[in-house]
Amino acid sequence: MGVDVAAVQFKQVTKNYGSGNVLENFDLTIPSGQIVTIIGPSGCGKTTLLKMINRLIEPESGSVLVEGQEVSTLNPVELRRNIGYVIQQIGLFPHMTIEQNISIVPRLKGEKKKDLVQRTEELLQLIGLDPQQFRSRYPHELSGGQQQRIGVARALASNPSIILMDEPFSALDPISRVQLQKELIKLNEKVQKTIVFVTHDIDEALKIADQVILLKDGFIIQTGTPANLLEAPASDFVREFLGAERFEQYSI
Amino acid sequence: MDQFWNTLQADWPMILQKMGEHINLSLISVLIACLIAVPTGIILTAYKRVANTVITTVSVIQTIPSLALFGFMIPFLGIGTKPAIIALTLYALLPILQNTYVGIGGVNQALIEAGTGMGMTRWQILWMVQLPIARSVIMAGVRLVAVQTISMATIATYIAAGGLGDIITRGIAMINTVTIMEGAIPVSLLVIVVNLLLLGLNKLLTPKGLRQYTRN
Repeated sequence: MGVDVAAVQFKQVTKNYGSGNVLENFDLTIPSGQIVTIIGPSGCGKTTLLKMINRLIEPESGSVLVEGQEVSTLNPVELRRNIGYVIQQIGLFPHMTIEQNISIVPRLKGEKKKDLVQRTEELLQLIGLDPQQFRSRYPHELSGGQQQRIGVARALASNPSIILMDEPFSALDPISRVQLQKELIKLNEKVQKTIVFVTHDIDEALKIADQVILLKDGFIIQTGTPANLLEAPASDFVREFLGAERFEQYSI
Repeated sequence: MDQFWNTLQADWPMILQKMGEHINLSLISVLIACLIAVPTGIILTAYKRVANTVITTVSVIQTIPSLALFGFMIPFLGIGTKPAIIALTLYALLPILQNTYVGIGGVNQALIEAGTGMGMTRWQILWMVQLPIARSVIMAGVRLVAVQTISMATIATYIAAGGLGDIITRGIAMINTVTIMEGAIPVSLLVIVVNLLLLGLNKLLTPKGLRQYTRN
């Protein structure tokens, strides 16, 4: 067994937005191949954390390591092309077909058109959409749930080992949201990526996570599997944040 | 009516020549205005603080009466085609500048964030995302300017820049309605044809995915 390099590591990271430190001497290790959800009340620094991984936000001090490499030494454009990224508002390009949307990162990387047709087909099948039916459609012709599936497929297109998701399902209706959550779990059993998933939806966080990281005011309150958190909440805050009724349900 | 046809036949070669001059004046002015205003509009979206000042300054030009603007050119550049083109270009700047600024600035921020997060460079975001999405707004500005410039180029005759205005002013001087029409009708026709051409071009260039999008 080789030495496992953590997918992402934060070392003594401090981030300041001018109104005080959002994060201070923050340490965190995200293991590879798992779905890790980051939850916490708004303003707790969860999105900041996520965006520091692909250098959309730079820390004031400390270092962020992706697969052992310090991100500040890497070209941000190259780094981002090698990390999947899914955002809340979906962010599909309205003037591009589904196929063009999915293949955008490989195209940025200069891959050949011929390989991309095949790749798009595989990805559409992977997310459960018929390639013949969908490849040449435009985003506005799809439902919200379908659009966000495309968003996920697009993040997978260049086969990154890490995918960042910033509240990707929060704009969807409850039914599609639950369905996409299930699909994401199944999908990751197949593709085995490190998924860093930011959400403020506690149900979602507990449901899809292998590991949950609970943040408050820039500090980690508790990390562990969803079962860990429910069995042994570290503090009253955890109990309160997760909701008392959840503990009752769990103990039954 | 007979008189109209006879005059028209006699004047036909001259009408064609003046129309050529007219198209030349308008086309060059609109092209130069595009070359200046589109890049400026794009740059301004990155410097929002100075954008208002720049756009207000440019819009001041629009308040100068067109006849006077042509007149102002004379002390600096004399008469002829060159000062006329400069005056027309100055007039054409604002609509293109404003539409470019609004169009590029109006592209959904989420798309830019998605693009950046996926590893697009600034240029790639501009070429692959912002310009295609803003294009029909920019084109609307260009269309407006084309129409405006063609009609305004009529006044260029007062600083001896030629064009169909020559025929109209001669008609006015001779109090001859037929001659005035020989100048005026081609101007109107030019405006209509150019407008339709640009509309068609825009429709042709707009990707299917955006036709719906822009309507919403």
